[in-house]
Amino acid sequence: MTPEEREFQQKIDAGIKVEPKDWMPEAYRKTLIRQISQHAHSEIVGQLPEGNWITRAPTLKRKAILLAKVQDEAGHGLYLYGAAETLGIRRDQMIEDLLAGKAKYSSVFNYPTLTWADMGAIGWLVDGAAIINQIPLCRCSYGPYARGMIRICKEENFHQRQGFDIMFTLTRGTPEQKAMAQDALNRWWWPAVMMHGPSDAESKHSAQSLQWKIKLFSNDELRQKFIDQIAPQAEYLGLTIPDPELKWNPERGHYDFGAIDWDEFHNVIRGNGPCNRDRLRTRKEAHEAGAWVREGAAAYARKRAIREAA
Amino acid sequence: MPENEPFEKQPDSLEDRHATDWPLWEIFIRSQNGLAHKHAGSLHAPDAEMALKNARDVYTRRNEGVSIWVVRSSDITASSPGEKEILFEPANNKVYRYPGFYPVPDEVKNL
Repeated sequence: MTPEEREFQQKIDAGIKVEPKDWMPEAYRKTLIRQISQHAHSEIVGQLPEGNWITRAPTLKRKAILLAKVQDEAGHGLYLYGAAETLGIRRDQMIEDLLAGKAKYSSVFNYPTLTWADMGAIGWLVDGAAIINQIPLCRCSYGPYARGMIRICKEENFHQRQGFDIMFTLTRGTPEQKAMAQDALNRWWWPAVMMHGPSDAESKHSAQSLQWKIKLFSNDELRQKFIDQIAPQAEYLGLTIPDPELKWNPERGHYDFGAIDWDEFHNVIRGNGPCNRDRLRTRKEAHEAGAWVREGAAAYARKRAIREAA
Repeated sequence: MPENEPFEKQPDSLEDRHATDWPLWEIFIRSQNGLAHKHAGSLHAPDAEMALKNARDVYTRRNEGVSIWVVRSSDITASSPGEKEILFEPANNKVYRYPGFYPVPDEVKNL
């Protein structure tokens, strides 16, 4: 460690936040840019599976709620792109990387949303898993990221509640509706459990990120917390989690659970999930179809600036 | 060259278009009357009017504010971390600026 690096680590150990213009190791900057931009991309791509159901929501109330949730996700993407920009990368660069297929986003969004119950399962499980990942990040060492996460977590709680509310309503409905809720849980359970990332033994970036406090708990700790929270909720709903090995372990004080199919996880990350190509294509089309709006706004701003200068 | 020349230039290729990234704006929100505006975050917008509209959508979706300021980031002059000692060190040895510096006899009240 150089003297600068040692001083930096001491600052982090003392709980002093790092702000944009402070000195930081290049690797810290790079890791954060990667992590925050992937997080931002996940928010943006995460709008797509739900966008699928906005026009088909069962009631006007559900439609208004879903619209508000998807709008929040666009906002979360913006907060995060903003936080990443303070590290010296341009937002347009990040968006180009996403559209070019060079950037990663959470692999959970590469699964299709086949029924309305998927809106419930996504809110309850996917947003639930995200909240567990995100709450510790409100205390992470990089100031702008931590501040963004505080805003996001406040809004994310609504996302999970509305998802649970959809599941609750379906499970109290007709047998068909209950079956629909169970089917959605069956399909979303494992992708949600994988959202906390590879197991600790396999996770490449974990140790350094923990030391830098841009990660505060290990992937496996977060995953255990998620499962411990969701299992009793599923029981309340009268739904069965699709894991025959899931069982309360009174000695550990946690639920035990079955082996995770990491081959599937890596396969989806590599681009072979059911919707990888579709998600990127939709995003690209939306970006291109919106070009005239961006150009029009820029042209208007130019014209006004000229008029004001005259 | 006329003064407004940079504004007249139309972006004609994709590269040019990227070269005209929308400027960054810093957003300040007053959460309620009686409190000061506080930095909420930043966003990109082509002009101040759009920055205000976007700020309303991005930062006040849940009644977080009653007033918004937008300031072009490039118009902000900030001190740098390197100046920390020059700027803030002198305050460290001026303990006499705090009331606790002055001993008060127990018998004296309301001081």
